[in-house]
Amino acid sequence: MTNHWIDIKNADSILIMGSNAAEHHPISFKWVLQAKDKGATVMHVDPKFSRTSARSDFHVPLRSGTDIAFLGGMIKYIVDNEKYFKEYIVEYTNASLVVGKDFGFKDGIFTGYDPKTRTYDKSKWGFELDENGVPKRDKTLKDPRCVFQLLKEHYSRYDLDTVSTTTGVTKENLLKVYKAFAATGKPDKAGTVMYALGWTQHTVGVQNIRSAGIIQLLLGNIGVAGGGINALRGEPNVQGSTDHTLLYHIIPGYMAMPHNGWQTYDEYIKGNTPVSNDPMSANWWQHKPKYFASLLKAWYGEHATKENGFCYELLPKIEKGEDYSYLFLFDRMYRGEIRGGIIIGLNPMNSVPNTNKLRKALDNLEWLVTSELHNTETTDNWHRPGIDPKKVKTEVFLLPSAHRLEKEGSVTNSGRWHLWHYKAVEPAYEAKPFGDMFCGFMKRVQKLYAKEGGKLPEAVTWLDYPDKYDPDDLCARINGRFTKDTEVKGKLYKAGQQVPSFTALADDGSTSSLNWLYAGSYTEEDGNKSKRRSTKQTEMQKNIGLYPNWAWCWPVNRRILYNRASVDLNGKPYNPAKAVIEWKDGKWIGDVPDGGWPPMATGKGKHPFIMSKHGFGQLYGPGRQDGPFSEHYEPVETPVDSNKFSKQLNSPVYKFVASEMDKLAKPADPNYPIVLTTYSLTEHWCGGGETRNVPNLLEAEPQLYVEMSPELAKEKGIKNGDGVIIESIRGRVEAIAMVTIRIRPFQVHGRTIHEIGMPFCFGWTTPGTGDSTNRLTPSVGDPNTTIPEFKACCVNVRKADKLTELAT
Amino acid sequence: MPKTILVDTSRCTACRGCQIACKEWHELPANKTTQYHWGSHQNPQDLNAYNYKLVRFSEHLDNGTVRWNFFPDQCRHCEIAPCKETGDLYIENAIVQDEKTGAILYTEKTRKFSDEQFKEIKEACPYDIPRRDAKTGLLAKCTMCNERVHAGMLPACVKVCPTGAMNFGEREEMLKLGQERLAKLKEKWPDAMLADPDSVNVIYLLIDKPENYHKHSVADAGLGPMSKQQFLATLARPFKAMKA
Repeated sequence: MTNHWIDIKNADSILIMGSNAAEHHPISFKWVLQAKDKGATVMHVDPKFSRTSARSDFHVPLRSGTDIAFLGGMIKYIVDNEKYFKEYIVEYTNASLVVGKDFGFKDGIFTGYDPKTRTYDKSKWGFELDENGVPKRDKTLKDPRCVFQLLKEHYSRYDLDTVSTTTGVTKENLLKVYKAFAATGKPDKAGTVMYALGWTQHTVGVQNIRSAGIIQLLLGNIGVAGGGINALRGEPNVQGSTDHTLLYHIIPGYMAMPHNGWQTYDEYIKGNTPVSNDPMSANWWQHKPKYFASLLKAWYGEHATKENGFCYELLPKIEKGEDYSYLFLFDRMYRGEIRGGIIIGLNPMNSVPNTNKLRKALDNLEWLVTSELHNTETTDNWHRPGIDPKKVKTEVFLLPSAHRLEKEGSVTNSGRWHLWHYKAVEPAYEAKPFGDMFCGFMKRVQKLYAKEGGKLPEAVTWLDYPDKYDPDDLCARINGRFTKDTEVKGKLYKAGQQVPSFTALADDGSTSSLNWLYAGSYTEEDGNKSKRRSTKQTEMQKNIGLYPNWAWCWPVNRRILYNRASVDLNGKPYNPAKAVIEWKDGKWIGDVPDGGWPPMATGKGKHPFIMSKHGFGQLYGPGRQDGPFSEHYEPVETPVDSNKFSKQLNSPVYKFVASEMDKLAKPADPNYPIVLTTYSLTEHWCGGGETRNVPNLLEAEPQLYVEMSPELAKEKGIKNGDGVIIESIRGRVEAIAMVTIRIRPFQVHGRTIHEIGMPFCFGWTTPGTGDSTNRLTPSVGDPNTTIPEFKACCVNVRKADKLTELAT
Repeated sequence: MPKTILVDTSRCTACRGCQIACKEWHELPANKTTQYHWGSHQNPQDLNAYNYKLVRFSEHLDNGTVRWNFFPDQCRHCEIAPCKETGDLYIENAIVQDEKTGAILYTEKTRKFSDEQFKEIKEACPYDIPRRDAKTGLLAKCTMCNERVHAGMLPACVKVCPTGAMNFGEREEMLKLGQERLAKLKEKWPDAMLADPDSVNVIYLLIDKPENYHKHSVADAGLGPMSKQQFLATLARPFKAMKA
């Protein structure tokens, strides 16, 4: 979230799209309803009418995988009707920047495309620079090559007719949403966007969110109370796990994973530190060397010195351009390239696409370590239905893990709040927190390397890895420490003492920090700030529900990101009734500002979007793999055989794996004419491995169902409560039909397209509940993130003669 | 002064926190449920001895617009409870009313009701609430978490509600809150109403017609607020008093 949960109550307009907030984030609706009480319009755009729709002002059904068409139409509406916030886009976004001559777009493809590698050469998308290396700007926005004009041209194709026939949304409904949301383009109005996996889990997932980013920048909704782009994270600590790098492509604090193109510390620094020649641009990532050196220092302790590049060369490096996400990982496993591994905190045999293939792939392992509360489809894969356990060679270790109520530590919620989580009871029997297990693993591996040697043993033996898991000590290390006596703003810190903020981090080895974003969370002055529970606030803060003394929030306790875009050039709030910050008597009051420089009008200010190189909100985003503007492409499996916006049917750069089990239905395949979308539900968590073992939750949602319209049910001779078979080109699944008016057929390309929806939380280890829905979904992913396209694929459905997976 | 629960259905997201919390607090076992020949999110299908609280789901089309109504069903804790009045005809104070909280409570003595008597008690209830545990013979329903209330805590269902759908307090206070919210909701929802506010202590604020929630969301016009059984029970009062 750019903002935070409580802040939703400040919105005048709420667009919930790509999310079923009421069901998956029940608490969010506390704040949504408070906004509604004050007159906010709450809109839900989603294929299915859900519990979220029931509490919204209105619901607009949309065909899965057509969000960019829908949002592109809104961008066109905002531009054509001049609903944008002019001063904001001129001063704070890159609308006025002039784009280089190499950029172009034709037939659905941006310039720089190489069809052989299915990648873009992003250097073709750069800005025009002046003689000082500063981007050229035309603040009148009239230059035909300025971002604003290019944007206008790009989205000119997204007219109501084309959007309507693509999305299946009526023109009347399109306008209803566009008008209500575009009304927040006024300085004193704010609109928020709440999204989740409904946007991310597409081959165009990142560009779905980019589209919303463009809209929010055009309307001046970023940095303000009640605005923002708000990702509703899937579990209490998924934000924390992202910050601390659950994923392979980054290392803690959102820095790039070292690859073989950067062999030395200097090469890494050169390849990763942006340079801006604009004195008005803070270009915050120019400080990356300090954060990176401090991270290496935290990893390798006293072994890390300036002379040895802080042990950078000991780090494992990925092959440049290779993909190590789970789609590719399991493909390698399927091809027999992986011998063993650890799977923790995930039930991939239920939750990852094409599970028939995955289940087979896992059989290829010699050994597997798992750690769970209960047996799952992953821990028990070796004796799944239809398999002779004697023929599976994998030796499986199942370690009992402590429940979250049995361990303490920090969690970081969607609003970036770093909160201490206390232990309620001791772990039962031999159960242990994961942290204890990892410390145990690592100590043994270190001893083995110390004793037996091997290639680069120092990579492991030199690691400053704690003997015992102590979450409080770990939080202190994450914040970071001085490694020698240092004076900061007249105050002397001894070696070993906590750094007060990331501004104290240095690239000379004098500081360590496991994550620069969290520097300031655990200080000498205030201790572990995730434990703070004070509701103390100023009147200004109270006015917008801001609690600066409750826990702590990254970065530097800033509760609303980019908040300097909420004030004019003189530092006065655009919306005084809901002011976030204000320049008063020579200082900023309210929230912690995005950098303490004086207002822009003083001439000493900096552009407010400090994390981007040039300091502007990026209407034009040249950093993504699939283009600087969003563009509608059909899902990889699509019920139509043409794209009304261009000749390019699917994303030209989507990722895929290609084993014989990774079949894809051809466009508009008559054997698979129905769109399937998959989702979670309130009562079960993710793959259901935990919640299916909670009897009261299973009572409330007992079995795999498929929601379908009465029209489709009639066509197929299916009655509510009947057992049915759903088939894709990859697999078949049994479910019980839930025939409901909450699912409506769509009118797309002049004909009726049906969509059905299924949860994915049921699995065979809970007998009679059904088995993995993901036996149907394809292993195709977004080019930026490789997140799979769980939300749209093509299937068929028929009444079942008999049921074997479901209790009757 | 009795306590009252105000259930504002305009704020209910059917998260079922209340349904689950009720089971957890009372340590009630789970029923075996399936979707087969049922196909609904409403599970279990009906109130039973192990579900004192059940969120009912009801959907219909209103001029082409989907309406999906949620009704967290539970005992209304009537001011004059027909179940008690009827029960008292057979076993005095097997069903009691806590004078302090107004909660209607089923005691150990309810085991002794015959099947016929239980049937009468069940039918006396205008909201179809009383159930019987087949194993123990005890009658079962919502207790208003009476023991929690006496200990100064909120009923479990109210405690867990994230949106303000479930509210608890003094009767006057809840009636006032209900009237205020009703006045506001009436602007957008002309059918909005409070369900039987004068005769019950669990008051539902509805924004759609009562039949669009659940058959027994309000007392049947033919039956309540003063049902036939209730009326008969009132007649029997002096006689019962004499017995005492």
